[in-house]
Amino acid sequence: MGTTGTVKALHDVQKESKALAARRLWKGIKRHWQLYLLVLAPLVYFIIFKYIPMYGAQIAFRDFSIVKGITGSDFVGLSHFEAFFKSPNFWLLIKNTMGISLYSLLIGFPAPILLALALNEVRSMRFKKTVQLVTFAPFFISTVVMVSMLIIFLSPRLGFVDQIVQALGFESINFMGVPGYFKSIFVFSNVWQSIGYGAVVYLAALAGINPELYEAAKVDGASRFQKIRNVDLPGIAPAAIILLILSVGQIMNVGFEKIYLMQNPLNVSTSEVISTYVYKTGLLGANFSFSAAVDLFNSVINLILLITVNSIAKRISDSSLW
Amino acid sequence: MSRTHAIRESLGDRIFLAFIYAFLILVLATVIYPLIFIVSSSFSSSEAVVSGRVWLWPVDFSLEGYKVIFSNPMILTGYKNSILYTFFGVLANVVLTVALAYPLSRSTFIGRNLIMMLLVFTMLFNGGLIPTYLTVKSLGILDSPLAMILPGAIAVFQVIIARTFFQSTIPKELGEAAELDGCSDIGFLWRVVLPLSKAIIAVLVLFHAVGTWNAYFDALIYLKSPELFPLQIILRNILILNSVDAGSLVDANQFAARQGLRDLLKFSLIVVATVPILCIYPFVQKYFVQGIMIGSVKG
Repeated sequence: MGTTGTVKALHDVQKESKALAARRLWKGIKRHWQLYLLVLAPLVYFIIFKYIPMYGAQIAFRDFSIVKGITGSDFVGLSHFEAFFKSPNFWLLIKNTMGISLYSLLIGFPAPILLALALNEVRSMRFKKTVQLVTFAPFFISTVVMVSMLIIFLSPRLGFVDQIVQALGFESINFMGVPGYFKSIFVFSNVWQSIGYGAVVYLAALAGINPELYEAAKVDGASRFQKIRNVDLPGIAPAAIILLILSVGQIMNVGFEKIYLMQNPLNVSTSEVISTYVYKTGLLGANFSFSAAVDLFNSVINLILLITVNSIAKRISDSSLW
Repeated sequence: MSRTHAIRESLGDRIFLAFIYAFLILVLATVIYPLIFIVSSSFSSSEAVVSGRVWLWPVDFSLEGYKVIFSNPMILTGYKNSILYTFFGVLANVVLTVALAYPLSRSTFIGRNLIMMLLVFTMLFNGGLIPTYLTVKSLGILDSPLAMILPGAIAVFQVIIARTFFQSTIPKELGEAAELDGCSDIGFLWRVVLPLSKAIIAVLVLFHAVGTWNAYFDALIYLKSPELFPLQIILRNILILNSVDAGSLVDANQFAARQGLRDLLKFSLIVVATVPILCIYPFVQKYFVQGIMIGSVKG
């Protein structure tokens, strides 16, 4: 009897505190109603331009027809995915996409680190500033202009690259038309454009290294190279790992904009990647459902890669995204 | 003092340092030479460009390329469109980003974690090109200036940058004091937070302005009417597709003169399209670096 009474009382207290919490919550919301007013428009943006398309991604499982609409179109299950996996393009697209990404990662990831480490050794502030200012500038060049520059420089008629090749006694080459050169042109022009931008983060990480570590290295008689290896590199490792995780999570997303512009009928065998294929079959070929399936496949692979790499990074180091 | 220092700098270290300088000079030259080549060619005569006589500085200084560009209605329309899209795009971006980031920076804002999760999820996963296109189409803004401004109005990384900035620069006590004085949340944002946040607003403006000015993809998929095309699409048609005969932009009658101008115009166009955005660079470098830094801090 006594125990049931206490249990009941306890229940009442819990109920009361729940009601109290709810009331406090409501009061908190009411007191800051203006904050909710502020986020209203941005949230509508996210619903319309991000979440509705996510809902619309279900056309990958349907035979989309404009008349029937997204949810009204016939459900066909995984048949678009099957068609993609069986198509002769599948392995070519995977090979090109992964190939360009891994190549980019291999060259593009260490390049800004090298630049930052080198700049960090420079004692003349003016030289350091000049190099930073100049290498950062190509960041402002648009993709269209960047590709135009590549076409001009590499053209057999106007470009200085081909003139150098000829001056060295080789035959004139139409670089943009050779499938074998496509990846290298893409990757190294990316490095040219983004090395200065990429170095900024690492320079800041280097500036944040505890000066006592350098003092200690000096006392121990470390050479410049040893100091870079044992002080600088561990100092920038956390930033490098975060950036590495992010780029691995983007491995299936090679920049559509630049590749599409660099494509021509001669190099398409190495330059066709998933995103350009989606654009061509989907928007140009009006094959909505099929290309949405290809796109969805791509996004899911990316998501899996990101989660995997992040959990690996978490296990072997202290740096991770979440 | 300097003597002991000189002794400590071993031969190996000095060779190593020489390598570093050589590397940096190589990088510097590689980055700067193509830029100089483009600018010099654009200020040369068309004959000098075609015959490959331009190496470093302009040969037979001339402005013919620029004269043609600035008298061409198609390019001028593209310029005007790009300026309009960039201006209104930046306006929408800054207003929406601040309106979202500021509440998210307040610890009293109940539901902030939920909203943050919804935002970050869109970074990890998206509906894809086709569903996004169909959404824009169903809104009825296809082939209109709104399609250039709305779909890319907010970027999650900018929201995170701005939120981090508000959290770290606006003291909590300031907000509490204002609340006690009867200042509303929007009033506090307008009168106290924004005047203190010029740096972050500069970062938002710059990132979005550079992005919008240089973008061509949204215009490629959403626009059909040539009179709405931004500069980058027109550049693409002339420079990459060669679908517009650059020679036809001029009234030159002689074939040779046309051919020469066609090549010269490519250089002048590149300069004209890049200079507006590059002009602000020296003034804003400080803010850009700041922006990249805040952005790289875990959100």
